Formats: sequence, structure tokens, C-alpha cells
Amino acid sequence: MKATQSPLFGSVDEVTERLAGVGYLASTAVATTVYLADRLGKPLLVEGPAGVGKTELAKAVAAATGSGLVRLQCYEGIDEARALYEWNHAKQLLRITAGQGNEDWDATRDDVFSEEFLLPRPLLTAIRRDEPTVLLIDEMDKADVEVEGLLLEVLSDYQVSIPEMGTVTATRKPFALLTSNSTRELSEALKRRCLFLHLDFPDADLERRIVLSRVPELPGALVDALVRTVRVLRAMELRKVPSVAETIDWGRTLLALGMDTLDDDAVRTTLGVVLKHQSDQVKANAELRLN
Amino acid sequence: MGAVKGGVNGIEVPEHGLPGHLVAFVGALRTHGVSVGPGETVDAAEVVAALDLLRRRELREGLASALLRRSGQRAVFDTLFDLYFPPALGAATGGFEVPRVEGEDGEPGPVDVDALRELLAELLKNGDEEKLRELARAAVDALGNAGAAGTGVQGANRQPSWSAYQALRLMSPETLLAQIMDGLRQDGDDDFTDEVRRREIRDRIAQFRKLVQDEVRRRSAEQRGRDQVAKTAVPKQAEQVEFLSAYAEQLTQLRRTVHPLARRLASRLAVRRKHAKRGTLDMRRTLRRSMSTGGVPMKPAYRTRRPGRPELVILCDVSGSVAGFSHFTLLLVQALREQFSKVRVFAFVEKTDEVTHLFEPGAELSGVMQRVLREADLTAFDGHSDYGHALGSFAEHWGEAITSKTSLLILGDARTNYRDPNLTVLRRVVSQARHAHWLNPEPRRQWGTGDSAATRYAEAIPMHECRTAGQLADVVEGLLPV
Repeated sequence: MKATQSPLFGSVDEVTERLAGVGYLASTAVATTVYLADRLGKPLLVEGPAGVGKTELAKAVAAATGSGLVRLQCYEGIDEARALYEWNHAKQLLRITAGQGNEDWDATRDDVFSEEFLLPRPLLTAIRRDEPTVLLIDEMDKADVEVEGLLLEVLSDYQVSIPEMGTVTATRKPFALLTSNSTRELSEALKRRCLFLHLDFPDADLERRIVLSRVPELPGALVDALVRTVRVLRAMELRKVPSVAETIDWGRTLLALGMDTLDDDAVRTTLGVVLKHQSDQVKANAELRLN
Repeated sequence: MGAVKGGVNGIEVPEHGLPGHLVAFVGALRTHGVSVGPGETVDAAEVVAALDLLRRRELREGLASALLRRSGQRAVFDTLFDLYFPPALGAATGGFEVPRVEGEDGEPGPVDVDALRELLAELLKNGDEEKLRELARAAVDALGNAGAAGTGVQGANRQPSWSAYQALRLMSPETLLAQIMDGLRQDGDDDFTDEVRRREIRDRIAQFRKLVQDEVRRRSAEQRGRDQVAKTAVPKQAEQVEFLSAYAEQLTQLRRTVHPLARRLASRLAVRRKHAKRGTLDMRRTLRRSMSTGGVPMKPAYRTRRPGRPELVILCDVSGSVAGFSHFTLLLVQALREQFSKVRVFAFVEKTDEVTHLFEPGAELSGVMQRVLREADLTAFDGHSDYGHALGSFAEHWGEAITSKTSLLILGDARTNYRDPNLTVLRRVVSQARHAHWLNPEPRRQWGTGDSAATRYAEAIPMHECRTAGQLADVVEGLLPV
């Protein structure tokens, strides 16, 4: 099936602009890949460390384009019945009991496997929607390998085969976005169908703007010091490096404590906001000569 | 499907022009170990058709999204992209005027290095990346064409020579650190502010070095041909870097991949275990379950096998040449420690000593190799590795560590400095252990050459070649219990 619907975005700049309009400041990489995913009608696989805004991106795209967001949260043990569709057994039984004696079996059988008894799960919902849709498949790496196989049909042809009913094909391709923390390697087959975006920590300038847009009350000089310090922390060999979300939290903390400069005292007392492991804190203290 | 034909954005390109170029680029990626299929190449072509070719950054990101499938491949991609889609041709126009000493006949004279360094210090202080890039460009050009003042006169029709080594040696940006720090210091700065600043400047200097190297690569590619440069001057992916030839920076980068690697191994293991779990029928539980269905066994129960968690004893060579490899392997084992019931680590150079306490859970592991060398008793007289004596002292003092439940892992290059390899002791230790493996970071063809006793040891114990992190991961995966 070739995309006949009009694309959501007209140019890369428009992506940047409209995402910024809903509060998501996108780097060139993000804007370009979002634009391409929309243009080429391919799913977008976003990989990267926790807290760089992978899920946020999907929400922002949905908000910027006025699309509905359908979310499939993956977890260990998720299966077809949770991801695609399920037959409403209880209702089917009721229907059969209600029709007993009045109609023949063939009619009953055709009837219980119809639309009315189908419980659509996120993937089928996204395929069947007529309005513009963003399909977010979150934390794909948590799901088992078998689920990937199930996604292949959905993501390459945007269709779902239901043996009892036939194939449901999308009337309008959803904008599909998969996220992964890379706790395991996704299969080649799945990766090949997607555009790949490695979302890393933003550069200093972008991070500064992100923090300012989230915590506008912070003085510019403090944001500057904050971002610089976080970048230095990220360059160390830590067990868990601070994410963008933690930079923002740090900013909020300093604001709440009424600190307006980031000197060694301020850092020492609030370091726990950005470094969540005791050993990381000890190390940062030693390396940054805070003691 | 919108494959690229001639004339994208109104610019006329010859037949095979852009698509041919793209295929050549993909070919270069493949030679560097990035597996790109034909399907991805077609995707890349669609990307090229959909984007504005004049906007280079967008083209770079777009092609990366279509061609790459793993984040570790990005460095290779970036370098090759710069070669195949260079930002400019020839010398930089505009930008910087490199300070020069007076030349003869109005010709531009050699470069005034001191003034250039002043300029560089000023830019590093401000940290404007665009300006730094311009300076790198101009400096490489000027140094390549006219040379530096006081390094001899350049011939008139001499070929310009681009050398990152020469340029960086002349400018030696590292030595500017103290000067820049002095310039930035203000009254009332505490140690912390100082330290943050120092690290920032150091980062910028590293960044500048990279800019110079990129620029030299680009200019050399124009001179010597792109494919020639692509073959030799592209960095390797972290997992393909050889332990023995890696330099400090690569090893640091490699250590950052330990945790993702361990996680990947553990989850692959979990899948293997799940598939292997279907064991024999458990009659007792099946019959018990059948009670609820009137004695009909509707749901058979299977015996679940518990994965055995072996005790692991690691004996590793920590002498200079293989320390990088040993360190990486120990970190990997440490990250996988929940797969083992007990891990004991022994280090040796000439003698063996136990260093398990340095690898306790939660211990700080970044400087651990230095601590091993400092705190453990490893040398007898000359500090060269002596496998025979090390094995002997291990068997003598810690022989009881090896039991029938133990898996033994020996890490080292088996280079004995022509001393007695002590095969008898190794055979005895191996026979006591449940499994024993030797991981050797040297390429297989070098085993047994010179003072290497690898081939002789290999008769007593299965020896695996582990030159790169990729190979190591494969071996370790094979060793883990299902």
C-alpha cells in the first residue's frame, strides 16, 4: 500500500517549529527523522538512555499534529491478546445461550465472530482509526522476542489478519514510533522496517533551552552553570549518568531552595538529585574536589 | 517508489551520479563492518530524494536513520560521511587569517606558531565550536602549504602535505590548558568551579584535536583519493577494537560498553533458558492437577530445571601488555555476577595473589587495575610475566579454590618470557575443575610464536581467541550455564 494521505509535515523546519510549539525542542536529528518517518511512511525506532525524552517525542508529535495517541506499553509476557485483539468470550457465550433454539448453528457461528464481539487492543485500534493517529509502542525491548514477529505485519503493511474475520487494513497509516532502552538487541527484521534514531543527550545549547522552557523562573546564569556541571558529570565513568529530566529536577530543586548560584556548597547538598547511586556521589565528590 | 534519478532539486547530475555515489558510500560502510542491506540502501535513496541536499546536517541525520541500526556505528558513519559528502572542497575561503611571519616576494610566508597558539587559546576560552572549526581548517591549510616558521624553507612547487600529527605537535593545544585556566580564574572561585572549568577546557581541546584530524582526513582524501583514505583512516567500532592494540581512549570507550554488553548477554541467556525449560513430564504434579478436572490430565506439568550457578575462578595476567584485556573481561564478569554463585579473582604477573576483595559488589571499579598492581603481591624480581611460577604458586596456596563445582577461566597471552610453562600443574588444576577455559587476546596465528606457550597450553586446556569485545562476548555467552 502506498501512502495516499497527505503528509503531516511539509518540511524539516516545520517539524522543528511545530514541535517547539507544543514545548518539545527538537535537535536536527530528531526533526529530520520525524519528517522522514512521516514522509516515507515508515515506523520510527527511537533508542537511547533513559530520560532523554523518547516517550515525550511521541506525545509531542501527537500534540503538534492534533493526532490521537494510541499507546502500547510493552512488558515481559505481553502477548497477542494484549497487543492486537481478543475475542470477548463471555459475551460470545451469552450470545450463544440467548440464541439457543431460535436459530441454526451456522448463523450463530458467523454472528459471534463479528465486529461486535471483538475487543480491539492498541495495535488494532491504531490501524482502524480514521483520524490521524500516533501509535506509540513503548519499551519494545521489554517485550519477548515473539511479540516482534507479531509487529512485523502491523508495521510493514499496516494491516492485521484476524483468521475468523479476514484482514483489517489501515485506512489511514498511523505515525508509528517505537522506543527501546536497548536492554536487548531487537531483531534485524524489525529494525530493518524502521528508521533508526539514536536519541542521545542534547548538546549544551539545546539542553539550556530545554531547562529554560521547563523552568522559566531560573536565572540564565544558573541554568548555564547547571548544564555545564551536568555535562561534566556525564563525561565521568558513572553507573548512572544524569539525564535531561534530572537536569530539570535539579533546576527545580535549586529554585525551591532559593539558591541562585551553583557553588560547591549548593552542589554538595543537592547532588543527590542528579546522582542516584551512592558510589556515583562519592566519586563525583572526589573528582570535582567537593570535599 | 521514489528512487533517486537525475536532477534532484533542479541540479543536473549524470547518470549513476548520486545513486552511484550512495552505493559507493554504502560499500564503504560495509567494509567497515556496518552491515547495510540492499533494502536499507533503497531507504537511503528515498531519504535523499525527500530531503534538501543543500542542508548537510539534515542529510547526515537522515542517512544515519536509514542506514544504521545500532548506536555504536555512529562514529564510523560520521567519518565516512565527511569523506563522501565533504562540507567543502579545497582550502577554506574566508574564515580565518592565519598569522604568518613575513614571506619573500609577497608570497604568504610560514606560519607564526606562537601567534597561532595565542589565537587558539582565545578561542578555546570562549568555546565557540564554529570558530574552532574554521581555525582548524585554516591552520591545517596554512601549515600544510607553507610550513611553520623556523622549520626550514619549503620548495616552490612542493606538494602540500597534510599531517594531523605535525599540526597538533606544532600547536600542541594541551599545553595551553594552564594558560587558559589562569586567564579565566576569578577571585573567589572555589575548587569545584575550577575543576568543572578545567574539564570543560580539556573537552574542548579534545574536540579541537578531532576537528584537526577530520580536516586532515578531508584534505588527504582530495589528494590521495577518497577510497584510499576511507580504507585506513576510519576509526573502528568499539566492539571491533583489538584489546592489545587499543590505546587509552579506546579502552575507556570500551569500558562504557561493558554494561550494555552484559545486559544483552543476560537477556539472551534468559531466552535460551526459557526455551530449554520444557523438560520432562512431572507425573506427580500432573496427577495432582488432574484432580480438579475429574482425573483427566488436561494440563500436564513439566519439571522445571533450575539453572546451575557455577562457582567461577578467574586467573588473570595483569602485566602491562594484556592488562586492558584482563580489565575488560573482569568488568564483564563482574557485571554478570548474578549468573554465578561465587566469583573469585586471582591476579598474577610473576606470582599469584587473590584480589577478589577489590571486585566486591558495589566496589569502585574504574581504577581497579592500578589498585591490583599496587596492593597485590605479584612480582618476585623482574616484573615480567612468568606463567609457570604463577600457576605453581596458585596451586600451592589456593589449590582448594578449585573444586568439582568450579569453572576456571584463565586470561592471558601465554607469553612466558621463555620460562618453564609448568604444564603439569596446569593439567592437574584443569582436571580438578568442572570446566576450564583459557581466553587469549592474541590472534590465533601468533600463538606459539616467539615466547608464546599458547599452543602447548592449548593441549591441556581449551583456548579461545578473544581479540575484540565482540569475540569475548561470544565466548562468554558460550561459557554461561543454560
